[in-house]
Amino acid sequence: MINWEIVRDTLPAFWGGLQITIALLLISSASGLVLSVPLSVARASTRLWLRAPVFAFTYVFRGTPLLVQLFVIYYGLPQFDMVRDSSLWFLFREPWFCAWLAFTLNTTAYTTEIFAGAIRTTPSGELEAARAIGLTNWQVFRDVFWPGAWRRALPQYGNEIVQMMHATALASTVTIVEILRVARDVYTNYLVIPESFGMAAVFYLGLTLVLTTGFRALERHYLKHLDPASSMSAPKLQNKAAIHA
Amino acid sequence: MFNGYLPMILDGLKVTLSVASVSLAFASVFGLAGASAKLCGSPVLRAVASGYTTVVRSLPDLLLMLMVFYGGQVLLNRLTEMQGWGYIDVNAFAAGTLTLGFIFGAYLTETFRGAILAIPKGQIEAGQAYGLSALQVLWHIVLPQMIRHALPGFTNNWLVMLKATALVSIIGLDDMVHRASLASAATREPFTFYALIGLIYLSVTTASIAALTMLDRWVSRGIRKEEAVR
Repeated sequence: MINWEIVRDTLPAFWGGLQITIALLLISSASGLVLSVPLSVARASTRLWLRAPVFAFTYVFRGTPLLVQLFVIYYGLPQFDMVRDSSLWFLFREPWFCAWLAFTLNTTAYTTEIFAGAIRTTPSGELEAARAIGLTNWQVFRDVFWPGAWRRALPQYGNEIVQMMHATALASTVTIVEILRVARDVYTNYLVIPESFGMAAVFYLGLTLVLTTGFRALERHYLKHLDPASSMSAPKLQNKAAIHA
Repeated sequence: MFNGYLPMILDGLKVTLSVASVSLAFASVFGLAGASAKLCGSPVLRAVASGYTTVVRSLPDLLLMLMVFYGGQVLLNRLTEMQGWGYIDVNAFAAGTLTLGFIFGAYLTETFRGAILAIPKGQIEAGQAYGLSALQVLWHIVLPQMIRHALPGFTNNWLVMLKATALVSIIGLDDMVHRASLASAATREPFTFYALIGLIYLSVTTASIAALTMLDRWVSRGIRKEEAVR
């Protein structure tokens, strides 16, 4: 049924693709995390001028397909002479840079909403206690808001990272040779399904398993203080939360 | 402004919307079947349903779509060869909608399962005690409340699926994204057309949210605010 010769011949290519997929995931989720922490504070702010622009950003990026965002950046921006003549052109002509930018903006939009939701559910008593003992704004964020919000957001954040990993498959449409691109090339060369897409599925299943196990361990670490009944329930893979009404 | 390509793009919107709605119908069928399988007593059906939701949610949509599109073609060829029917081409619309339905059916399985579990068991028992048939219990007690509980998850799935329809352009469906790429190539204005379809997607999501918020208000009528499960 499975032609092991093809598997043996294409395994190095898949191995390379796996590394590209992991690299895309790591750089995009790292920059997404760094950006969404301050943005989520602005998003959860009571001040409209802070909240509104961030909401506009997350609304647009959560309301349009990632594929279209990627195409606008990679195929679209070079339409403007301004971009092509700029000193940043060496970046914008690279599929790598464009994929990283699109993935970062996309995951930042979702993660910002996840963190903002977690910040909003901080019990008001905690904030009042922090103010009463005279903590500065920065201390309130670092010692009160963030530790609690991070714990509450962790299960959803884990889902978002898994979704992000799956989204890296779209990089195959802009000539980046990650796992899915390798599978499509193998299919074109040998016209076999199990050894091409089936093989890619095995890699993605493995990556998903590693990520969900990792996040479960993180949750066990960060949610240790909760009662055993609720901390033992495994996090459910959920659909990427779309725009909330 | 769009060099006369606007009607062509809007025509592609019709394809996108029909792909999305047919996929939603398939997904609801898969989701209801999955939820029933997970809730019924049979361990075999439960295992099949768990396998389905776990595997589908562990793989990228695009991979599943290519797998069903190319794999379906191979299986169909093998079948027609055995029967001696001659070559049948896999229709990209059928492959796209079936795949999207299959994928989002896995997510809807969880939504529907949760919605059915949210209905107090006593109500179903009360219905049975009054001598209602299984179908009457389903129609008068389970379904009306299930819709209310399932609506938020259903809304999310619809919005995610609407955006996932952009992927059908990759298996050769002539949807809005494909039209935009044609118009971009012809006019050399890719930004204009990809940004345009981005805006169209955004207006469709906005309209969907508005419509589903109204629907939510309607199915939650007679429910006190703090009782409404969101």
